[in-house]
Amino acid sequence: MNNKNLSFWLFLLPALFALVVVVFFPFLYGFYYTFTDWNGLRATTFLGLDNYFAIFSDQRFIDSLVFTIKFAITSIVIVNVLGLGLAVLVTQKIKISNGLRTIFFMPNLIGGLILGFIWQFIFISGFDAVGKLFDLSFLQGWLSNAETGFWGLVILNVWQYAGYIMIIYISYLQGVPQELLEAAEIDGASAFQRFWRIKFPLVAPAFTVSLFLTLSNAFKLYDQNLALTNGGPYGSTEMLAMEIYNTAFSRYDMAYAQSKAVIFFILVAVVALTQVYVNKKREVEL
Amino acid sequence: MISKKRQSKIILTIASTIIALIWLSPFYLMIVNAFKSKFEIFSNVLSLPSEWKFDNFVQAFIDLDFLNALTNSFIVTFLSVLIIIVFSSMAAYALARNKSKLSGVFFLVFVAAMLIPFQSVMIPLISIFGRIDLLNTSGLIFMYLGFGSSLSIFLYHGAVKGIPVSLDEAAMIDGASRWRIFWTIIFPMLKPITVTVMILNVIWIWNDYLLPSLVLSQKSATIPLRMFFFFGQYTKQWHLALAGLTLAIIPVIVLYFFAQKHIIEGVAEGAIK
Repeated sequence: MNNKNLSFWLFLLPALFALVVVVFFPFLYGFYYTFTDWNGLRATTFLGLDNYFAIFSDQRFIDSLVFTIKFAITSIVIVNVLGLGLAVLVTQKIKISNGLRTIFFMPNLIGGLILGFIWQFIFISGFDAVGKLFDLSFLQGWLSNAETGFWGLVILNVWQYAGYIMIIYISYLQGVPQELLEAAEIDGASAFQRFWRIKFPLVAPAFTVSLFLTLSNAFKLYDQNLALTNGGPYGSTEMLAMEIYNTAFSRYDMAYAQSKAVIFFILVAVVALTQVYVNKKREVEL
Repeated sequence: MISKKRQSKIILTIASTIIALIWLSPFYLMIVNAFKSKFEIFSNVLSLPSEWKFDNFVQAFIDLDFLNALTNSFIVTFLSVLIIIVFSSMAAYALARNKSKLSGVFFLVFVAAMLIPFQSVMIPLISIFGRIDLLNTSGLIFMYLGFGSSLSIFLYHGAVKGIPVSLDEAAMIDGASRWRIFWTIIFPMLKPITVTVMILNVIWIWNDYLLPSLVLSQKSATIPLRMFFFFGQYTKQWHLALAGLTLAIIPVIVLYFFAQKHIIEGVAEGAIK
């Protein structure tokens, strides 16, 4: 096929048309209106960069950005440590390892909204009941303040994504040559040594993949946030995606919300491009 | 006497069973409490219900209009995934077989679109589609094609490159059209990647909440959307809410039970590439 073939264009066109209409055109259209007082239907005045300047002194936006970054870093560390731990666990040759894999991965298939509602019950009623049973006061009153709201979101996120990250680590762990491990075992290396000295360096590439996947998931989190805390109490657990949504659809400040969405795009794109850069660099080193 | 190796395997089995049970505990709490009465949930959260009653499920089923929501979810997911598979595989084939610069640019455009998060286009998207009167199921399905095509084309593109061009050429000499070559020779060979593309898109679209919440009306609401309204109506009535949540995840668990091997492999493939 070449550019003059009609069939090239006919094969390409439906997908390209949808992509342009659904992603690129709205993106540029929205970007244009961030320089105005657009209300979703029409714009009357040109504001230049005013919307963008306003963001930097918008305490609510800054709070949600800080909260999102804190959430992202905490979740990334725990999800990856646990995901790797689970991957090592289910690749041991025990009879139930297939069943374990199935169980750990399961939360990933259920939507964030539904998981958020389930966990709302667990935190409010389940934690409370366990707290009473064992007389643990820190298990009571969950989701009623910013601190437990934060940890509630982290726990939910870890529970949902650890199994996903586990799958990624498993596929790298399975690439570790069996002879290498057996040779080490014969030479008297303990299970711990075999992990740190052989498996760990060989699965290192999986870290980059997993780190960035969890990072971009954490940044875009919305459904779980909505279902678990709905940003409360008093907006203290409102994450970036929700803050943008609320600016647009609760306060109907469309041009301003879209300016925040542009900043949001830049943040997410920088994260993704850093990943591409890191991956490319490592490939060269290899 | 038990060998040391055997012993460590037993310990490992016990330890991992405990972790797995902790992992499943949220589902346990959801299910047992869905069978309890409103009052029993106040006094007894952790143990099994004193009496297993299906009343909550019956009421949740009716209030959720569950069959209608299930049908809506099924229609949206099935049609969206179908057109994503058809048009993405076609586009990927065209891009992989055309070696020109322009074709490379188009491929990059598709990949670059993956960098744009949904929240960055949702406001103008809804405004535009509202104007052309497409905030309905058809509009939604079209939007899923736009959002889903990038990753799917990326996956198909890699697979098409693995199929020798000589196959196309041989068929050309026999006088077959591009259309026929693609559907009778190439597409069947893409079956493994089609399974992956299907699984990734089904999981995403079936569970998606935000986009349908902005596009669909109450009447055509999918399961997550209906669940949101239902939950808002029944705050503090956990017995009904939990029964509804249990109903909502049954279809997913059933599917997982039958296709777990494919699902896990598909997700791994989608993540690593």
